[in-house]
Amino acid sequence: MNMIEAINDALDIMMGRDPDVVIMGEDVGYFGGVFRATAGLQKKYGKNRVFDTPINECGIIGAAVGMAAYGLRPVPEIQFADYIYPGYDQLVSEAARLRYRSANEFIAPITVRSPFGGGIFGGQTHSQSPEALFTHVAGLKVVIPSTPHDAKGLLIAAIEDNDPVIFFEPKRIYNGPFDGYYDKPAKPWSQHPDSAVPEGYYSIPLGKARVVREGEAMTVLAYGTMVHVAAAVCADKGVDAEIIDLRTLVPIDIETVEKSVEKTGRVMVVHEATRTSGFGAELVALVQERCFYHLEAPIERVTGFDTPYPHSLEWAYFPGPVRIGEAIDRLLGAD
Amino acid sequence: MAKGRKSLARGGNRPPLEFYVPEPKFRPGDPVDFVHVQVPPAGAQPRPDESCAAVDTSPLCYDLVRVLDDEHQATGPWNPRLDGETLREMLRVMALTRAFDDRMYRGQRQGKTSFYMKCTGEEATSVASAFALASDDMVFPSYRQQGILLARGYPMVEMINQIYSNRADHLKGRQLPIMYSARDYSFFTISGNLATQFPQAVGWALASASKGDSRIATSFIGDGSSAEGDFHAAMTFATVYNAPVVLNIVNNQWAISSFSGFAGAERTTFAARAIGYGMAGLRVDGNDALAVYAAMQWAANRARSNHGPTLIEHFTYRAEGHSTSDDPSQYRSAREAEAWPLGDPITRLKKHLIAIGEWSEEQHETMDRELAEQVKAATKEAEKNGVLGHGLHHPFHTMFEDVYEELPWHLEEQAEQAIRERRIKWPTWKEYEQ
Repeated sequence: MNMIEAINDALDIMMGRDPDVVIMGEDVGYFGGVFRATAGLQKKYGKNRVFDTPINECGIIGAAVGMAAYGLRPVPEIQFADYIYPGYDQLVSEAARLRYRSANEFIAPITVRSPFGGGIFGGQTHSQSPEALFTHVAGLKVVIPSTPHDAKGLLIAAIEDNDPVIFFEPKRIYNGPFDGYYDKPAKPWSQHPDSAVPEGYYSIPLGKARVVREGEAMTVLAYGTMVHVAAAVCADKGVDAEIIDLRTLVPIDIETVEKSVEKTGRVMVVHEATRTSGFGAELVALVQERCFYHLEAPIERVTGFDTPYPHSLEWAYFPGPVRIGEAIDRLLGAD
Repeated sequence: MAKGRKSLARGGNRPPLEFYVPEPKFRPGDPVDFVHVQVPPAGAQPRPDESCAAVDTSPLCYDLVRVLDDEHQATGPWNPRLDGETLREMLRVMALTRAFDDRMYRGQRQGKTSFYMKCTGEEATSVASAFALASDDMVFPSYRQQGILLARGYPMVEMINQIYSNRADHLKGRQLPIMYSARDYSFFTISGNLATQFPQAVGWALASASKGDSRIATSFIGDGSSAEGDFHAAMTFATVYNAPVVLNIVNNQWAISSFSGFAGAERTTFAARAIGYGMAGLRVDGNDALAVYAAMQWAANRARSNHGPTLIEHFTYRAEGHSTSDDPSQYRSAREAEAWPLGDPITRLKKHLIAIGEWSEEQHETMDRELAEQVKAATKEAEKNGVLGHGLHHPFHTMFEDVYEELPWHLEEQAEQAIRERRIKWPTWKEYEQ
């Protein structure tokens, strides 16, 4: 099962279990979404529960807030994360604060799904990684899966969660894992050892990281596509790295991070988003505050550049094997 | 100008363009004459069937639905023909709203709270609307619909507790004064971000429709915030899905110091915005409680019978400042409020009741005294729970609750830090012995 199918499966299961789950967004109904994540759901559950919306992200999120206030559990889709900004105010000023400002009278159990990240020649309007804009907002949870198995389990948990969740789907790995070597043929998920997706209902708790592989030499903190890229580079360089897929950025699994850093003493933070004030800065700060005396080298931060995503030069922007490799060398060379 | 840039002006011999910035008719010191405000005769507006095509309401978007005439009689097809008892009750809640506002305004001046917003001159828009709605129709209000809570019998002491952010404030002192939340009274939590409630109301209405419920939703924004993108999102969603919702613009002429021209009022009416969306629209004399009632009743019936949404413009006047932090004498003529051609909503309803033999000046004076006492008693009751800044607030740790359903580790740590800081500052402080 690829990640799209896993997401579709999760949505199907939750719609079947809970009549209050509704799906809305541009093209999500009859057509099943531009990435096909909602394919077949309108036919199965009807237009009352899966419906197309106008091209109006403010309206999509705003209406979802009202639906949630009624008692539904909306799962709006923002077709690309780059287009979430017109709905930003409804997310950060409204959905995120409803519970707090009404002292629990109104809640917003909304799961906003949105494909994010680059590597598909999407140019500057189909490639952004805006997660840090949401991790900064009190009241929102931010979830990013990196495998079909996790995508299904985390999405089910997000829909069941009574807080608003931003669920960013790394679209570069919708169809297969990506090792960062863009000029080599892509592999499908079916050839990946972690691709098995159990049938039926299961959930993965939010706020719990996944140790992708254990290691002693260094800790890699990553999420989404970059989990695979970083793991591939470490493997190529023969580095015995402990790779941690954060899965949930807020709330973050600090215990798993601390435990690993205390063991390895060296940390590399990797994300695709622009560098300045990115979520990597938060990770670096957390590690520095909590694990400083265990550190044996300065923390390395590998990110995209502080430019918009350049269409023709996207692989120059992308934090690929060279950039990650240099960081590993610095990290392991520093004694 | 940026370094090295030449003048931006181009165009050879073509005539220069002019940059236009709207300006209100009157500024401080100016004489006031509202001759430009068209006030059509009461009773002259046709009342289409509630199931009519949206386009049939187009003329009413430029007209002004009025019921009370110059002789204080109710007239015309929009006359809702309410009985004396209902009219008296409506008058009482409007007067109560004013009495409440006056008392809370004074409370703010006495330092009992940080902020207050009156709705003086606009009482009919909220109170008469509430009377026309079912008590469980959902309201997504802005900050000047306190009249709806009072009309629905929400306890005044609760409102004052909220305004004072005291230990009995059920919002735990988190919200600005007057930003109530009353789920049991179908009154949504108020946001300070403007017009955000409009698409939310549409979403609630869609949810109600998709569940086969019978309750409709309604929302209120000001003329100024109708310029927000959320307004247009709501209008689009409401018409696309034929939502059972009534969207209200309370055009009180002023958004703090910006007159309604900055929201586009010089070019058309606010009600006319309905036309482009294919939505029914009504422009109503917002100082005529009977007209407001009739318009809301028409729109609510239309929504309830699945004939779609309505946009109502309540044409009224903000007789006081925007809030206690505002000084309207700095930007508008002091004569405006008294020169407003549509009068005062409470006075007009009172005169109507007197004209039909259902009320008297003496009764009104007695009622006003009773209401003032009622508000005073509620204020004293609320003050037992504390006023802002005087220590009687919610337990300290509640600051960190309700950000999420469960307290995550980072907030737990921050709560511990906050309590540690407090103990350093006040060594004898204990969380539950304030």
